[in-house]
Amino acid sequence: MSYITNRKRAEGLGSAKAGTQHFWHQRVTAIALLFLVPMFIFPFAYNLGDGYDAVRAAYAHPINAIVAIAFLATAWLHFFQGIQVVIEDYVHGRMELVLIIAMRLLAALFALVGVFAILKIALGA
Amino acid sequence: MADVNRGDRPLSPHLQIYKWPLNMAMSILHRITGAGLGVTGVLVTWWFLALATSPEYFETANAVMTSWFGDLALFLSLIAIWFHYVNGIRHLVWDTGSSFGKKRVRQSGIIGLISAAILVVITIVVA
Repeated sequence: MSYITNRKRAEGLGSAKAGTQHFWHQRVTAIALLFLVPMFIFPFAYNLGDGYDAVRAAYAHPINAIVAIAFLATAWLHFFQGIQVVIEDYVHGRMELVLIIAMRLLAALFALVGVFAILKIALGA
Repeated sequence: MADVNRGDRPLSPHLQIYKWPLNMAMSILHRITGAGLGVTGVLVTWWFLALATSPEYFETANAVMTSWFGDLALFLSLIAIWFHYVNGIRHLVWDTGSSFGKKRVRQSGIIGLISAAILVVITIVVA
């Protein structure tokens, strides 16, 4: 017979850590992308195939630059949020941890590269 | 009691047995397109890096993006992103607790597929 209380027995064992935070943040980036995808994709598709000078000039324009930065940063974050859920569903054990960390680092790296590239173009450096 | 016959029992029917309802296919497609768009993201980010670096580097990246391989990859990505976009809207609606009925789910699925196709055509026409 144990004198430990029910609460003490359950404490620290359940989920209830970050709760619904991940789910919630993924919805927020999804809603942002609802606007950003069309705002990014049409100018991008329009400019793709043009020469260096024309494309450079297009993305030096503040509106195109701001949209592209917002899109790339949000899309990479949303990608990480989504791929984390997929990994959690199909991969278990140590590999799960390795893949999630690798994906987080890769998504952060690509977001950084994209944002830096467009800033450089827009600020004319 | 523990089952002594473990491992030798008939399995319950699994994925390959069922006739796939539309929504089941769209659900897995949502994940496949989402993961696949990560590859598109790498291509597009690399293209912007090249654009920021030099005309010569841009020439290389742009040649890849406008080659037959690039055209195919971007065409598939275009289908993927609009499908994921439209299906994502369905998910956001479901998140509010609405439109879960069997008929409504099928209906929104068909409307979603048609809308995604229209968006693909519009993007190609505008570009």
